[in-house]
Amino acid sequence: MQSDVIAEDAAREMPASYQLRPSLITDGGYRLLTLSAAILVVLCLLGIFLLLVVESLPAFQRFGLGFVTTMAWNPVRELFGGLAPMYGTLVTSVIAMLIAVPLAFGTAFFVNELCPHRLRGPITLGVELLAAIPSIIYGMWGLFVLVPILALYVQPFLIAVIGPIPVLGALFQGPPFGIGMLTAGAILGVMVTPYIAAVARQVIADVPPLLREAAYGVGATRWEVYRYVLMPYASKGLMGGVMLGLGRALGETMAVTFVIGNAHRISMSLLAPATTISATLANEFTEAVGDLYVSSLLGLGLILFVITFVVLAIARFLLAQHSHEVKF
Amino acid sequence: MKTTMKVKIGRAVLAAAGCCAISYGALAAEITGAGATFPYPAYGKWAEMYKAKAGTALNYQSIGSGGGIKQIEAKTVDFGASDMPLEPADLEKNGLIQWPMIMGGDVPVVNIPGIAAGQMKLSGPVLADIYLGKIVKWNDPAITKLNPDLKLPDQAIAVVHRSDGSGTTFLFVNYLSQVSADWKSKVGVGTSVDWPVGVGGKGNEGVANFSGQTPGAIGYVEYAYALQNKLAYTLLENKDGAFVKPSAEAFAAAAANADWKGAPGFYLVLTNQPGKTSWPITGASFILLHKAQQNPAQAQEVLKFFDWAYKNGGKAAEELDYVPIPANVVTLVEDVWSKDVKSADGKAIWPAK
Repeated sequence: MQSDVIAEDAAREMPASYQLRPSLITDGGYRLLTLSAAILVVLCLLGIFLLLVVESLPAFQRFGLGFVTTMAWNPVRELFGGLAPMYGTLVTSVIAMLIAVPLAFGTAFFVNELCPHRLRGPITLGVELLAAIPSIIYGMWGLFVLVPILALYVQPFLIAVIGPIPVLGALFQGPPFGIGMLTAGAILGVMVTPYIAAVARQVIADVPPLLREAAYGVGATRWEVYRYVLMPYASKGLMGGVMLGLGRALGETMAVTFVIGNAHRISMSLLAPATTISATLANEFTEAVGDLYVSSLLGLGLILFVITFVVLAIARFLLAQHSHEVKF
Repeated sequence: MKTTMKVKIGRAVLAAAGCCAISYGALAAEITGAGATFPYPAYGKWAEMYKAKAGTALNYQSIGSGGGIKQIEAKTVDFGASDMPLEPADLEKNGLIQWPMIMGGDVPVVNIPGIAAGQMKLSGPVLADIYLGKIVKWNDPAITKLNPDLKLPDQAIAVVHRSDGSGTTFLFVNYLSQVSADWKSKVGVGTSVDWPVGVGGKGNEGVANFSGQTPGAIGYVEYAYALQNKLAYTLLENKDGAFVKPSAEAFAAAAANADWKGAPGFYLVLTNQPGKTSWPITGASFILLHKAQQNPAQAQEVLKFFDWAYKNGGKAAEELDYVPIPANVVTLVEDVWSKDVKSADGKAIWPAK
């Protein structure tokens, strides 16, 4: 009753078009509606997790720890080990981070600190639009544009120049086909840059102006302000952003499938074809015949789920710490 | 279930409206199928033509052969489709029959500067050794011996294969294991295998792409893809020792020599067939159907569609670079329909009245 009176009071002050018909949905009903939506989402998560656990059980029972320590992937003889896709997933994500983090941090710092005001909007929009491009477009762009360039110019150069160097050279061996972990990592790097940049921009903007001005006031250069004031202050938030980007890179499927070469092998060379967990699932799920095969694929899915979940949990934790510190 | 409800409701409505005179019994009829991607363009074309003629719609989901087998076993579709025939024991276990519906072939394609389509000659054992990683250069003596007239470069061979499980792969490795003991013992046969070397492309288009883009590449694709992408296909030595060019006639020749009659459950892969003009990597795509039909009317609609496609779909299939099933095999198939497909009370439902 009380709420009805308030609603009527409020309605009187509003233009006619804003007036709500009171009590069409009661407060209790509304609460129930939103609560059930929230519960449904959480139930979906639990359902997916349970399904992955139950369905992948046969594979884990059959292969035990070998499922994550061996790299045999032989559908004909029904021998499955997930080491090669796990390795490919991690290596491509690391390459992606090596490319995306400097790009994203650089963009964020430029936009916040150095950018002429007029340019700020267009640059921010441009970076964020990168996130709006569907991943299959990245995959096609990678295959049709990036792969030929890498095959003709970049990879022969890497093989000729870095290839002969001991240890480091082992990363750049083999014929330059243009596809492989390096290409996949590069595309992933471009894809996750906007996510990291958006978070980085926000947390750098959160740094109290007082600190910044004080630093400039004592004669610090822009690099010194960035390195010794902004970075330490926003470090947790920045790491959270990196983790968010990493979470995306780990799970990205279509773009990687196009350019990674889809071979179940572990190779030192970054130019060699490899595979990732999500690419393996995308490639093989439709035509997987036999219970053990499907179960092994779902087992890989479970591993990816757990890795991504942990990474995102760390991201949330760090970002929560950041906002906690900003409040003081 | 849903479709039968639709049929019933459709009929009831028509009856109520007093339109019984118009024989529109199958107005809302829809048959559903799922499975192989390889024949999808042909089935899609047939569905369109059949809908215009008979009014029955076909809803075909090209989810892959593995998915098709699962769906028909779970009875969520009226028929399943698979590029890989099921073994007779598997058919028996699930109460299914299968029959060949359409044929096509795999074609090796190469990307070597200066070599056009149909110039290079390969034999089965050489092809197997390339895919085993034993032959790694294009000027390997094994290849130059087959091609004395071609100037082959000292270039690494980039092996390209399918990354997804597929009927195309099944045909290809089935052929390799017939011509190479090493392949049979080391790799084996399946819709996806543990490739010793090479790069995986997703789908025929993925393989066509890598093969077309990478200098020194060799790949295998469906015939239609090789034509559409203007890839340099090779000649291949067949069982009789003749080098043949891939073509619809060469696929049909392989099929004509095949002994469908002596193959229980139509379990027959058309690779490495005898005959001077036979293309060695030919294969059929199969349809799967339950023997015991809870809903005979619906099953009859399914069989009517395939009967129509056998009799009227040949030309459309050829236009899409597929090969229709020969008439003598169609007779064998329809005999099996009338013998094995029964309603719940044991009555044959084919031929349809």
